[in-house]
Amino acid sequence: MSKLDSKIPPGPIDKKWTDHKGHIRIVAPANKRRIDIIVVGTGLAGGAAAASLAEMGYNVKAFCFQDSARRAHSIAAQGGINAAKNYQNDGDSTYRLFYDTVKGGDYRAREANVYRLAEVSANIIDQCVAQGVPFARDYGGLLDNRSFGGVQVSRTFYARGQTGQQLLLGAYSALMRQVGKGAVQMFDRHEMLDVVVVDGKARGIIARNLITGEIERHGAHAVLLCTGGYGNVFFLSTNAMGSNVTAAWKAHKRGAYFGNPCYTQIHPTCIPVSGTHQSKLTLMSESLRNDGRIWVPKNIEDAKAIRDGKKKGSDIAEGDRDYYLERRYPAFGNLVPRDVASRAAKERCDAGYGVNKTGEAVYLDFSAAIERYGKLEANVKKIENASQEQVRELGTSVVSEKYGNLFEMYENIVGEDPYKHAMKIYPAVHYTMGGLWVDYNLQTTVPGLFCLGEANFSDHGANRLGASALMQGLADGYFVIPYTVGDYLADDIRTGPIKTNTPEFDAAEKDVKDRINHFLNNKGTKPVDDFHRRLGKVMWDKCGMARNAQGLQEAIMEIRQIREEFYRDVRVPGKAGEFNQELEKAGRVADFLELGELMCVDALHRNESCGGHFREEFAETDGPQQGEAKRDDTNYAYVAAWEWMGDAGKANLHKEALEFNEVKLTQRSYK
Amino acid sequence: MGNMKLNLKIWRQAGPNDKGQMKDYPVSNVSEDMSFLEMLDVLNDDIVRKGEDPIAFDHDCREGICGSCSLFINGEAHGPGKGITTCQLHMRRFKDGDTIHVEPWRSAAFPVIKDLATNRGAFDRIQAAGGFVSVNTSGNLVDGNAVPIPKDDADKAFDAATCIGCGACVASCPNGSAMLFTAAKVSQLSLLPQGKPERKRRALAMVEQMDKEGFGNCSAIGACEVECPKNISLEHIARLNREYLAATVTKE
Repeated sequence: MSKLDSKIPPGPIDKKWTDHKGHIRIVAPANKRRIDIIVVGTGLAGGAAAASLAEMGYNVKAFCFQDSARRAHSIAAQGGINAAKNYQNDGDSTYRLFYDTVKGGDYRAREANVYRLAEVSANIIDQCVAQGVPFARDYGGLLDNRSFGGVQVSRTFYARGQTGQQLLLGAYSALMRQVGKGAVQMFDRHEMLDVVVVDGKARGIIARNLITGEIERHGAHAVLLCTGGYGNVFFLSTNAMGSNVTAAWKAHKRGAYFGNPCYTQIHPTCIPVSGTHQSKLTLMSESLRNDGRIWVPKNIEDAKAIRDGKKKGSDIAEGDRDYYLERRYPAFGNLVPRDVASRAAKERCDAGYGVNKTGEAVYLDFSAAIERYGKLEANVKKIENASQEQVRELGTSVVSEKYGNLFEMYENIVGEDPYKHAMKIYPAVHYTMGGLWVDYNLQTTVPGLFCLGEANFSDHGANRLGASALMQGLADGYFVIPYTVGDYLADDIRTGPIKTNTPEFDAAEKDVKDRINHFLNNKGTKPVDDFHRRLGKVMWDKCGMARNAQGLQEAIMEIRQIREEFYRDVRVPGKAGEFNQELEKAGRVADFLELGELMCVDALHRNESCGGHFREEFAETDGPQQGEAKRDDTNYAYVAAWEWMGDAGKANLHKEALEFNEVKLTQRSYK
Repeated sequence: MGNMKLNLKIWRQAGPNDKGQMKDYPVSNVSEDMSFLEMLDVLNDDIVRKGEDPIAFDHDCREGICGSCSLFINGEAHGPGKGITTCQLHMRRFKDGDTIHVEPWRSAAFPVIKDLATNRGAFDRIQAAGGFVSVNTSGNLVDGNAVPIPKDDADKAFDAATCIGCGACVASCPNGSAMLFTAAKVSQLSLLPQGKPERKRRALAMVEQMDKEGFGNCSAIGACEVECPKNISLEHIARLNREYLAATVTKE
């Protein structure tokens, strides 16, 4: 029998969460003091959860591999956070945010979870304002909003191009307040290397102190994984260098099912790859698509001349430019969802219209916005007959006020002034919608093991809308887990502290030490990154923006080959009992080498195209939707939850059927 | 790969108790499009292939926001260039044949862990002493728009809040002072209505913790502001001084 019980509460969708909260069990204040909770990861989900649970009275141990909880990768989110506040009076509502998210996810998300997310979104803004998060405000002192892709309202709250940073520092300050009180014990520079399951329940973790190399045992009544996404399986991504799948993957190998691993978000606006030395890719916020227009030359000769350095973008006359998003999707234009925008860029570049040396770049052009804002400013400043130059200058300062830090970032990396020359951008791996399967309470298939934020699969279906990752991380951490974890822990008020001197902890610790010793004693010839790069290339070429059965089958064989070579030939210098960054990387890449295979297996089994998963065999062949993704709701309207059976290629598929009672399944159209 | 050749002189230190020393590493094939850390990646790749111990350094996001990376490069925190972190420093700022000195942050309050990686836990402890608004998580707070905040105050608070906690201010200060870091947080919260109720307690507690950690005194030299990758202004130190003074004179 399948273990998949989504535990969606009964009742109408707008009452489910309230009724559920009102009926689940809670733990009395005096009993909370007897309960220990481990939180792994201190990003928006983990930081918010650890702080909130400690405020409630639980004993919390928080872990992060970074040198401080403040450095989790949530900090790099730029554009904003969605909330159904309807401050702009543009018709927004909880229902509309819910609807947009389900549609944006290409009808592959669980309705009840998404509705709850939309429902608590407004509370998040209130909570963050109360913490002193300096959101952008207008001259009246009220909160400002902007638009993001895939929606037709303005519901995105922001703090210049650093919204993730400001929200994370808010959660971090709440966390540090509890650390100061002794309610949270903070373990930074610690990496979780296994989950310990006792009598079928998660009862602790094995962690490595990254400074001393010591292997530590930590017991708890529940374990929360808030460990982010696995985009670094592609080697090149917008993720931080340390972002990894290890915690989630170890949990998977201990019984937690992995949901929809193939759903990967390729973000359309990133700085193109410049060379083989490249270690990561940098995102240019989606908010830029509010004002930037995306184009390539209409004539292939112009594109060739640009690639050869004989012409510049500015040499191409207005009439010879193909604003392909505006052309193909008039209703949403440059603000189509990410998966659609990315595929459209790939389509143009594959057809030979790319505008940099590698042929893999399109223009993101602000000249129209600069002119439009410049004219408005001239009116405001009562400058009559402003010269072209004056207009440009005024417009540039408006654009700089809005996106200044992003423009600076671009200029630093590329060495070209984006106010003068159109930016060149190309899609890059950014986010993973897949993750550990969880029920409505965010519990995995291992009792007592919960999963929050990007690390779980639950809210974004096959494609995430912009500014929704921050929303989900904080919703899970501040407003969902504090309630749902209590229902599970109500059985544990008499359990007493979890002992770590048991055979289960012995065995898990031995596994961890054996793995470490294997790497150090291997004495191969190639550094870890060599294998990671090779894996990344296979994943990008064959399990990236477009996939097909043949490519995926090849990828599976290639990944197995790389994995075999990795274990035979990797060289990890140094010792176990010291600060050893190569050893850290080796463990993470070992897990990516298994996950990569599962992603391909999942992508191969899903014979349809949906959201970020685009199978070339399944596209509309004619009609107004020609070339667009072709879903198969009859056969694939389910969550694929994979069970580990001892080998990445042998995973066992479980299906959670998705029921849509509120939103009608239709072809997603942004035309 | 490019064709720049460089002479790197890099600080190597096996552990906190090791004396440490500068070591020479000639590198070639450096491309001007590489970031400084990517250049170190290439060097480390080479070191690992030779079976030697790679150079340890902290880094994570590689886009100038996480605050993990550090490095004192040719006597400057985060190297040449204003308003950038080491991970945003690109090799086009250097010339073929250059000699580059690479050292860790030097501060008694940031002990070296290994090579170029240091322990900046003192910053977390300053934050834990009072760098927050004492508000619990609740689904029933006042509406975010209930208290309008003048745009100017919100913008100033934001400017202070952009601090990434990297420690460049401490490393650049001849006194090893952490005033700019501490001031940024105190200033952010004292500018916002939400932070005002506990502003006195906050200023006193954070400064006390800062002193306890062994950071030096501020003598208004201003090196911190020059080297801060986020251009945090000295004005915030002035604001902290006012907050601290007001808190001290009205203390019961």
